[in-house]
Amino acid sequence: MLELIDICFERDDKKILDHVSLKLDLGKFYVITGPNGSGKSTLAKIIMGIEQPDQGKILFQGEDITSRSIDERAKLGIGFAFQQPVQFKGITVYDLLKFATNKEIAKKDACDILSKVGLCALEYVDREVNRSLSGGELKRIEIATIMARNPSLAIFDEPEAGIDLWSFQNLTEVFQEIQKKSQGATLVISHQERILNIADEIILMDQGKIQKIGQKEEMFDQIFSSKKCCKEVIPCE
Amino acid sequence: MNSIEKNLLEEVVGKDPLDADAYNIRQNGKSVDRKINPYVTIVSKEDNSGIDVYVKEDTLFSTINIPVIITESGLTDVVYNDFHIGRNANVIIVAGCAIHNDYHKDAQHDGIHRFYLEEGSKVKYIERHCGEGIGDGKKILNPVTEIHMKQGSYMVMDTTQIKGVDDTIRTTKAILEEDSTLVVTEKILTSQQQEAKTTFEVVLNGRNASTHVTSRSVATDSSYQEFVSNITGNTKCYAHVECDAIIKDHASVKAVPEIYAKDVDANLIHEASIGKIAGEQLMKLMSLGLSEKEAEDAIIQGFLK
Repeated sequence: MLELIDICFERDDKKILDHVSLKLDLGKFYVITGPNGSGKSTLAKIIMGIEQPDQGKILFQGEDITSRSIDERAKLGIGFAFQQPVQFKGITVYDLLKFATNKEIAKKDACDILSKVGLCALEYVDREVNRSLSGGELKRIEIATIMARNPSLAIFDEPEAGIDLWSFQNLTEVFQEIQKKSQGATLVISHQERILNIADEIILMDQGKIQKIGQKEEMFDQIFSSKKCCKEVIPCE
Repeated sequence: MNSIEKNLLEEVVGKDPLDADAYNIRQNGKSVDRKINPYVTIVSKEDNSGIDVYVKEDTLFSTINIPVIITESGLTDVVYNDFHIGRNANVIIVAGCAIHNDYHKDAQHDGIHRFYLEEGSKVKYIERHCGEGIGDGKKILNPVTEIHMKQGSYMVMDTTQIKGVDDTIRTTKAILEEDSTLVVTEKILTSQQQEAKTTFEVVLNGRNASTHVTSRSVATDSSYQEFVSNITGNTKCYAHVECDAIIKDHASVKAVPEIYAKDVDANLIHEASIGKIAGEQLMKLMSLGLSEKEAEDAIIQGFLK
């Protein structure tokens, strides 16, 4: 469903993505892992259109979307959960969920979505998405916007960061539900072994290149043995 | 009233303006309709330059509408409205001015509202200003609000000016006695060549007096805004002033904060920020399917909500 062909991205004379090619298939759950600075987030942003590649092509469901804007890609079915959730002044959680669904949803529907990400809905639905919310709360609201949007390709940039009060079990259930509902593909950037555990395929990145793609069984040895490459991976407790 | 006048009235006091418990409607410099009740009395000043509104003490809950509408180009209307709020009374007052100017002469309204809150009284004051019309005559509004708050009184002032006013100088002055609280929320949007200047002068005289002033403004096109706040704490008191502005196009915004503590227990805070719409906010809303324009509108609408 998504194909990246020979993507290059360079800033300040540093090759952040170096001739990256990648194919994602429908119905699969992908996890990108690798050390900080390996180009994972940039790759995700390039898929959403937040960054433009210097070279290369992006095909989504057969269509060349390389020059498409963020909102055009969103309308085609790509969703993106930011690593650092954006804060607003005056825009409420309910407003964001309405934007995400692109319709006038009932408060009850908004509450249902919030409950799925572990937030007591009535307390949150009318709150502003601002600094009065904790990092973990903002993160869950960010995930809720993707659930509300139900994209065919859902991208999550380090969704586990800051969800300290919420179990990974719930997070993985959310991913599975998104995957089931959309029948599309999910791409998660993560260092967490629990999330790597539910991947159909793991994509290992280092120094702007995809080092290896494979199923977890064949990838785990490499991930955990290579300190240089993957020292950030956090094993299950 | 014709449909233009009815619309103007609605802009200031909302639908069903005559549903209030008491009201005084001023049109082109004259009072044209009034309603009073046993708890709220409205009396014209002898020179007809305004009204005195008297709210009896212990009035449990009452709504009072004081709208002004102007449709006469070339008119400068100056009005003095004084509100005397009795002990422990609790009222909602909705006021403001809407100007429709289709001609080339300026139309101006200077409303001077003075509030005298007795002990324990509570006021929610909503003020809405707007201008419309196709004429090149300016729509000018210069509201002055003076607030005198006795012990334990509480006032919320909510002002909105979001369209069509060419020039405005807004002045709010307040003196707070012991245990009184003033909460002010101001929203302003300027466009084209419009200018808006807002000044807040709050003096906290009584122990445990507190104020919270929030100003949110959006300046677009080549408009100019100035926000001046001057808070003086003379005793143990608390003040928080927050000025937030979004700037667009070729607009300019100036914020001048001044806080002056004259007592070691005065706790005064001022926060001011001016900036364009954050790129990441646009990107987030665009990633939810909104176009750049829709995202910008949603951010501004939320900001001024």
